[in-house]
Amino acid sequence: MSVDLSQFIPTFLEESFEGLELMESSLLDLDGCDEETINAIFRAAHSIKGGAGTFGFNAVSEFTHIAETLLDEMRSGRRSVESDLVNLLLESVDCIRSLLEAARDGVDCDDPQIDTVAARLNAALEASGTTAEETSDEPPAEPSQEGSAGWVIEFIPQPQMLETGNEPLLMFQALADLGELTAEAVLDRLPELQELVPQTLYLQWQLTLTGECSEADIREVFEWVEDECELVVEPLTPPAAVEPAPTEPTQKASVGDVEAPVAEPVAAAVPAKAAATPKRKAAAESSSIRVDIDKVDALINRVGELVITQSMLSQVGHQVADMEHPATESLYAGLSQLERNTRDLQEEVMRIRMLPISFVFNRFPRMVHDISGKLDKQVELKLSGEQTELDKTVMEKIGDPMVHLVRNSLDHGLETPAERREAGKDECGTVQLNAYHQGGYIVIEISDDGRGLNTQRILEKAIAKGLVPADNQLSEREVNELVFMPGFSTADEVSDLSGRGVGMDVVRRNIESLGGHVSVKSEPGVGSTFSISLPLTLAILDGQLIRVGEQETCVIPLVSIVESQQVSASAMKPMAGQESLYRFRDEYIPLIHLQQLFQLPGKESALDTCLLVIVEASGTKVGLLVDELLGQQQVVIKSLESNYRRVQGLSGATILGDGSVALIIDIAGVVKMGLDNDSRKVVSPNSSQRELLEEAQV
Amino acid sequence: MSGVDALDTPAMELANVEETAVPRRQYLTFMLAGEEYALDILWVQEIRGWCRATRVPNSAEFMCGVINLRGAIIPIIDLRLRFGLPQQEYSPTTVVVVLRVCSDGKERIMGVVVDAMAETYNIPDNAILPSPQVCGVMDPEFVQGLVTVEDKMVVVLDVDALLSTPELALDSATENDN
Repeated sequence: MSVDLSQFIPTFLEESFEGLELMESSLLDLDGCDEETINAIFRAAHSIKGGAGTFGFNAVSEFTHIAETLLDEMRSGRRSVESDLVNLLLESVDCIRSLLEAARDGVDCDDPQIDTVAARLNAALEASGTTAEETSDEPPAEPSQEGSAGWVIEFIPQPQMLETGNEPLLMFQALADLGELTAEAVLDRLPELQELVPQTLYLQWQLTLTGECSEADIREVFEWVEDECELVVEPLTPPAAVEPAPTEPTQKASVGDVEAPVAEPVAAAVPAKAAATPKRKAAAESSSIRVDIDKVDALINRVGELVITQSMLSQVGHQVADMEHPATESLYAGLSQLERNTRDLQEEVMRIRMLPISFVFNRFPRMVHDISGKLDKQVELKLSGEQTELDKTVMEKIGDPMVHLVRNSLDHGLETPAERREAGKDECGTVQLNAYHQGGYIVIEISDDGRGLNTQRILEKAIAKGLVPADNQLSEREVNELVFMPGFSTADEVSDLSGRGVGMDVVRRNIESLGGHVSVKSEPGVGSTFSISLPLTLAILDGQLIRVGEQETCVIPLVSIVESQQVSASAMKPMAGQESLYRFRDEYIPLIHLQQLFQLPGKESALDTCLLVIVEASGTKVGLLVDELLGQQQVVIKSLESNYRRVQGLSGATILGDGSVALIIDIAGVVKMGLDNDSRKVVSPNSSQRELLEEAQV
Repeated sequence: MSGVDALDTPAMELANVEETAVPRRQYLTFMLAGEEYALDILWVQEIRGWCRATRVPNSAEFMCGVINLRGAIIPIIDLRLRFGLPQQEYSPTTVVVVLRVCSDGKERIMGVVVDAMAETYNIPDNAILPSPQVCGVMDPEFVQGLVTVEDKMVVVLDVDALLSTPELALDSATENDN
């Protein structure tokens, strides 16, 4: 019987990484000796060890075994839960993770940390007199009896063992390979036939194994059910007193007993089942299935098509609505029902990709734990709104910017305990992560109750770096926004954690590339709050349809539009003979003629018939000259790359209700193209524009 | 919508080639400025009537733009312009041949605009003669060979070469990361 195990490796790895996350979060939760939590950690470690052994990842299983031994001592109460120990275990979680990653990539893990941690784990074990090599669930039997002539095994499985797919028959067969096995079923727990639940295991066994084998060999057979049975293994002193019935028949008989009542009416089984239910592990995992993300994406695409077809039909429906025909009305009713159903369907399908943001939040307790230790600050991390859902793709990209912001809060935001005491605050600072939905957006807030942003220092720094003129009239809010400028850092010392000044502008760029927005609110001495707002999904976009040239329709993401207005000739400020600057409120913004920029055919319309759409990308405002504003619409984003290629200035395309294709404008790309093409040097209070120009000229 | 199944047209057997042992392939032919061109039918996904394409910014002249093919955005190329032939107004016989090509291990769908569809032929592999080096308007690398059918010369096109030109290259990174 050869099964290709390698096909299960991805699943094993996925589950193991989840197990590690569980271990990590449980370790952080561990206060005192909460038995259930320790058990959960132990179980996770145990499955990783077992799985790794099965798939031949020996480095993983050996290392995990040591950690598991330590956990076992904690579980059995032989060792108290101390913070040193928890830290050591957290480090071993990291080691297991890098070992697993190495196993996944098929390379040798050469992290020197692993040997160090393994040594420390062993040292911790030796301190209590146990070594990893000789631990098992029960204190081991006297070593002299290892390999004695036989063993008596009392095997008392829990009633629900069959439900987890463990088959005693197979275990007994494995035992029979070790020596001569006799099995006797204990029928004490067997209920009356009409009360018997077929999935429940009522039997217990008294097994006698004669042969040369060690206790460890026997325990290995029961390894997978360790948690679900009581197992007593004792050396065989008197000769087998059990009747020498061959294994197989006994087995068959007992299995037969269990199977017999299958045909019994279910109603009879209900009471017994009800009694058995509370014993089951509270199913923590709400039932779910693992589905390849490609399948979900294909489904989402297909529904996107459906929405387009539906809107195409409803346009036709509007055209025929006035026609005198008996069927018109029912057609119209059908179409509006179709519209409702497709919208619902689309929403539901989009929700498949949505995951609660706790997937991102969960990595922070550990991070805060580590960093606050390094900084000698006391920090309490509060999480709220973890169940707020957002698209998986967005989630994958929001992690790093959030890590950055949380680090900043810990490093710059929160004061040292001494400073806090002086300021009359609780020594323990608070960092709060909160998430909620607002419109089509998810808002993530990272707030601390620290010292707040130092506007004075920010302003000084900004003036020193030439980011703002010295005689500026910036409001407090505008000053705070300066922290998102490239090359800005107020940290006087560059530390391991922050202060390199590459942070906040990258954070902002990343968030804006997702169609989101980041802002900061701060009050000196009370704390600061960074809020990130992001679209719930990257597959749909709220767009403003515009006409460029004679007939081309394009889409501008609504989120980047500041304002749309008619071109006023008096606001056009020629520069170097070109009508290239426009006075918008109190600043001069460059103009980009979309038709020229895109080299679209057709006669260029006169400036006074054009409309001006003022857009903003990474803090740079630009006026786009377009021919007509059409409507606002939610559009499904399609890739141009799948059949064509990436086009500069476009982020994709979409299909309109009439089936034609409209191009979606990538504002940041267009701004870059526009400013690059004209090589305009714009003197403006906004320096990120200059940055952009410099970047473009490299 | 207005798709015509290419395989429905009766296939014309070639009279002047008798060998049956030689592998034969089916070719679809179309007209372009009065000349007949052939494509291996296995590349052809479908044929549809001309519909307006959305122009793509800063693209080559022969790029008509992109259209919506049942939800996929596919590029459309005017083959007349691609071959350097004079442009012609699109007429009711103007069709778009939708081709499925593999380049760089990735399957892509593209459309080419031609004047009109012609025939399908079964042509044995050895009936295709190599194209002589002619200096003309058309890039010789597009031509896979020449074949004579009913005393007409048909140019067999190399679809891969036709659609894998730098202008259509998948990886435009070098162009964009200035």
